[in-house]
Amino acid sequence: MKVIKIDKKHWAGGIEKSRSAYRLFGPVMVENKNFSEFKELDAGEMPDMTATDTRTSPKSICFPPEEVMMEYSTDETRDDCNLMRVPAKDYSPRAIIGIRPYDAAAYLVVKKNFDTPEYRDPYWCDAYAACTFIGLAVNDPSRLDFSTSTHSGPFDEIGLDVLLVDMGSHYFAKVITDKGDAYLKAAGWEEFAGDDAEQKIEALKVKAEGAIQTTISFDRIKEKSIMELHGADFWDDAAFACINCGTCTYVCPTCWCFDIQDETRGKSGVRIKAWDSCMYPLFTIHTTGHNPRETKIQRVRQRFMHKLKYFMDKYEDGIMCVGCGRCIRSCPVNIDIRRVCQTMNG
Amino acid sequence: MLAYINKIKEISDRLLKEQKVDLIIGFRKGTIPMMNEPCFVKTSSDVKNLVWDSNCGINLANYLTNRKEKIGVIAKGCDSRNIVTHIIENKISREQLVIIGVPCKGMIDRRKVAAAADCEVTEVLEQADVIVVKGPGIEKTIKKADVLQDNCAICIHRNPVINDEMVAGPVEEQKGVDRYEDVRKVEAMSPEEKWNYFEELLSPCIRCYACRNACPLCYCPTCFVDESKPQWVGKTLDTIDTRTFHFLRAYHCAGRCTDCGSCTRACPMGIDVRAFTKKLEKDALELFGWEAGMSVDERPTLDTFKPDDPDKFIK
Repeated sequence: MKVIKIDKKHWAGGIEKSRSAYRLFGPVMVENKNFSEFKELDAGEMPDMTATDTRTSPKSICFPPEEVMMEYSTDETRDDCNLMRVPAKDYSPRAIIGIRPYDAAAYLVVKKNFDTPEYRDPYWCDAYAACTFIGLAVNDPSRLDFSTSTHSGPFDEIGLDVLLVDMGSHYFAKVITDKGDAYLKAAGWEEFAGDDAEQKIEALKVKAEGAIQTTISFDRIKEKSIMELHGADFWDDAAFACINCGTCTYVCPTCWCFDIQDETRGKSGVRIKAWDSCMYPLFTIHTTGHNPRETKIQRVRQRFMHKLKYFMDKYEDGIMCVGCGRCIRSCPVNIDIRRVCQTMNG
Repeated sequence: MLAYINKIKEISDRLLKEQKVDLIIGFRKGTIPMMNEPCFVKTSSDVKNLVWDSNCGINLANYLTNRKEKIGVIAKGCDSRNIVTHIIENKISREQLVIIGVPCKGMIDRRKVAAAADCEVTEVLEQADVIVVKGPGIEKTIKKADVLQDNCAICIHRNPVINDEMVAGPVEEQKGVDRYEDVRKVEAMSPEEKWNYFEELLSPCIRCYACRNACPLCYCPTCFVDESKPQWVGKTLDTIDTRTFHFLRAYHCAGRCTDCGSCTRACPMGIDVRAFTKKLEKDALELFGWEAGMSVDERPTLDTFKPDDPDKFIK
């Protein structure tokens, strides 16, 4: 596998050069806050490659909190009256700089839902196809990172086109796909990293994986029946603290649920896809007023059963969690997916 | 404050054994530094799981709403005032409760500690008035007073206003606290400055409703933002909808807010949600001499009328 060396002196210049062919996205410190978020980089703006983690995940690059799917007019004097039209979309190439391996792995989890043999969400799929993922390996995993237990790991390459490894004065850029190769060329980074680069990366990978202090197991969840887990007596205790806000689902890189809303003003309107959360009563309420998940416990159970059981049974490809630890860090009342998983696996 | 836990356990154990309550609502040790998790304890053997330290900032009155059991609840000053409000607003009856009062010296703001540590905090040890913060290769001693939640730093009701049991004698209340310096700053702004201030305040909001759901006052069976027949408020991050949610929620808390800080504490995006409710809390005090949740025997200022009301329009 090809490894390129990028001297940090050439970093800003390369990023700048790549702008002519790519829209750039990356982590940026939020003004007046001590955390960063992924966003489209403005002209001259650089990705913050020292950001340990973003508060919400980069899923928003292809799955924004809100997105106009269609526009319409109810003006009868217009030819297109009452017809839904897809507005112009920009699916020109995007490079996602500094995405962490677990977040790239999450894209493949989300893809299982948005891109199936039967159904294809064109908004997500077209945006995803436009992306080149320039990942950044996690040299120092946080205490909440349990990505080695899931689909991923601090140096995992799944879902990435390039894996950057911070070597201090330079980056090693491991080229994983042709897409990744094309981005590096567009940035003008072509210096051969030397024969021992892969070995050096491997050493850091072993060190980073060894630094991960927290793991989860779900082997027994797989063996248990849905009804056994669904009817288990621990949900009262597991769900007690939950306040049913949407924080866990909104910071999660793999939560994919959305609502569809029509917003009308005068005779024109838009149909919007907007993030939704299984933690909300409104998520499941029927027009009759009946709500199949009326209580907090039912909703909390749904979230964990979906992530740790239904998903695993349906796709037979692990759990719907990449171990980033965001939900643990952000939950206002310390509901910890590791603790719940352990209980379910018990 | 650390010594309280033995007394909390002793009282909880007795109440459960004597079947005075069906459950105790308190905190168990959290899985990450500076976070404890609200929990219930139903048996004497589980009492050992209860903890108490300066990471118990979540308002437990929020966990009482519409419950049917006999409950022993651990209550700081602010929790006790929200329990009073719950009783007045018929969300729980006084007879159902055994209130285990905890005199409080303030709760730690985990974000201030994280900022002071400037690295990932792996462990926090509490010793009387200081905390020792540990991270990769660092150990820092910080005065607790420097990292209190903002609302705790200006709290003037640290002792529970209502209780059945106390875990310790009262702590000294803070005197001469200027509670409204921040509100006065906003009041002094021009309309344009105010607009910009609130716009900037709300810009990180992701509409997760953590502020609302952590608030013991927000117990409406269906919140106005969740009404769907008809729908009042849009679901996106459109600034008009986000503003509508926050402004309306704040006004629903007028004359009821105890400034417990739950909203700000809960916000995952670090928004000081208290900035909305605090002005209303100040107005309730200055216009009506009212502090919410101080007594179960007094009707709230906004649901009473007095013939000598100074405003003519209401007569």
